[in-house]
Amino acid sequence: MTAPSPAAPANRSLISDQELAGPRYRAVYFTVLTVTTVLFAAAFLFPLYWMASSALETPRQFAAQTPTLLPKSVHLTAYQDAWSQMDIAHFFLNTVWYAAGGWLIQISVDVCAAYALSKLRPAFGKAIFAGMLASLMLPSAALLVPAYLTVSDLPLLHLNLLNTPWALWLPGAANAFNIYVLRRFFDRIPGELLDAASVDGASRLQTLLRVVLPLSRPVLAVISVFAVVGMWKDFLWPLLVLQDPDKQTLSVALHRLSTSTTQVPPTEMIAGLAIAAVPMIVLFLFFQRHILGGLSAGALKG
Amino acid sequence: MATSLAPRRPGSPAAPARRRPGTHSARRARLRRRIADNALAYAFMAAGIVCFAVFSWYPLVRGIVLSFQQDNLITAPRWVGLANYRRLFDDPLFWTAWKNTAEFTGLALLLGYAVPFVIAVLLNELRHFKAYFRIAVYLPVMLPPIVVVMLWQFFYDPGGGLFNTVLRGAHLPTSQWVQSPHAAMISLVLVSTWANMGGATLMYLAALQAIPGELFEAAELDGAGIWARLRYVTLPQMRFIMLVLLLLQIISTMQVFIEPFQLTGFTDPSTITVMTLIYRYAFAVDNDFGLAASMSVLLFAVLGVFAALYLRLTRESD
Repeated sequence: MTAPSPAAPANRSLISDQELAGPRYRAVYFTVLTVTTVLFAAAFLFPLYWMASSALETPRQFAAQTPTLLPKSVHLTAYQDAWSQMDIAHFFLNTVWYAAGGWLIQISVDVCAAYALSKLRPAFGKAIFAGMLASLMLPSAALLVPAYLTVSDLPLLHLNLLNTPWALWLPGAANAFNIYVLRRFFDRIPGELLDAASVDGASRLQTLLRVVLPLSRPVLAVISVFAVVGMWKDFLWPLLVLQDPDKQTLSVALHRLSTSTTQVPPTEMIAGLAIAAVPMIVLFLFFQRHILGGLSAGALKG
Repeated sequence: MATSLAPRRPGSPAAPARRRPGTHSARRARLRRRIADNALAYAFMAAGIVCFAVFSWYPLVRGIVLSFQQDNLITAPRWVGLANYRRLFDDPLFWTAWKNTAEFTGLALLLGYAVPFVIAVLLNELRHFKAYFRIAVYLPVMLPPIVVVMLWQFFYDPGGGLFNTVLRGAHLPTSQWVQSPHAAMISLVLVSTWANMGGATLMYLAALQAIPGELFEAAELDGAGIWARLRYVTLPQMRFIMLVLLLLQIISTMQVFIEPFQLTGFTDPSTITVMTLIYRYAFAVDNDFGLAASMSVLLFAVLGVFAALYLRLTRESD
């Protein structure tokens, strides 16, 4: 560790602050900044605005489609109809239930496995860990058909999990990324802390619950957010294993409604899309530091 | 792991400490404790191992076995040797699906590979609104894919859709978008790029910020202009992450499903992809799980090549 020399600020990028302050670049910089700001708003924010505001129009206003930036009059009927008549409420609650249960199972299974691999060091632990990591390299697409057959008839038990939440929860628990991240984090917790707990008479489970987990709050937050987001966004797997319309997730139900023969008014459909998007946007705004931070950590690790 | 770290279970005799080390009974006690420790560890790992075994390791083997069987879920599976693969190669849709998937991947790289990099380099130089840019570019990634694709379905509507309305307003030629055999594929790529570029952009941005500032400082002192610094400092420093993201992007775009599935369906030969064909074989049309499994094995083999390259690359860097 050497102190950075005062002449070279370590955090500078391609163009230095002095260069930008110069008369030649100042105008260029502010032009580029303005153009980028506007382009980003048009490309990434406007589609969401369009979604939220189109659902505020009546079907007739929507069909007239003279593009208006602000809806002439605000009608909440599309949102209300989507929520109750299209039964988005039901699928919303389904998805919340699947995500909550999936999160709980994923976290408990993966925390326990990572804890054992990191701190209990069992025989063949390395081989088992390698086998888990290897599954990261398996493209989910390639496993789709055999995984579907497995879920429809579990080996040995001959249980059919199709159209039950377990069809999402159990395969979701086999998350090698979680175990990898948790194990790395647990490895950095000093053994003396755990020894102190065991000297105080704590069992391994108590040590996990009272020492390890409280220390792991940041990594648990990241994993939890990614788990919930992953389950909310998932489409292909729930499409296959939840074919009973009553059991479907919001994403799958939206697809089914869009292809069904009964015509849904477009404004109602768009309202459904907006409702499905809101939890993710809220989650993102609340946990953006965790989400973007988790992403950068992944990039640097390679 | 030293034995001192072994748990002291209440009620277990502290006997081994009193015996002379190396004696027969001491060794037996140590063995017993190791077994107890391992049993405990495996109790912690049991649920995880079962989940991986049932939903990851076993399906891998079963998929390969299935590709040599005829299975429609109604009658008992029957061994058919290489018949599934032979039928695949005889199916014109098989070749169309691979050609389309290659085209989609190629277009997605052309569009989706350079753009995030350029945006990341640009954002790294902007001193204002940093949070805004990051949040905006990542917002589409947060949306459920079906929401994105259905939203774009409204934009692509040839009549009153947003795109054609804007194009008409600007007196530019309109397009049939996904309904035109020529524009369909690029339309799918556009949605996919919009939805996914945020992740790559932010990863590039993180890597850019990890470049030591001294390198730019030294280059500048040597008289390198902005372009020269970009060419001789930024690019070489980013080579590794660019290669990593290239492989990851190939692997993920080759598994494209939801864009063609929602926008053009799994029957349209101009946009059928490997994944939509697998879906069609197994679930939508043919109910032929053996055929779908052999297609999956081939996809697995192709993606396996890129996964192996990725592994070698990231291993070397460790």
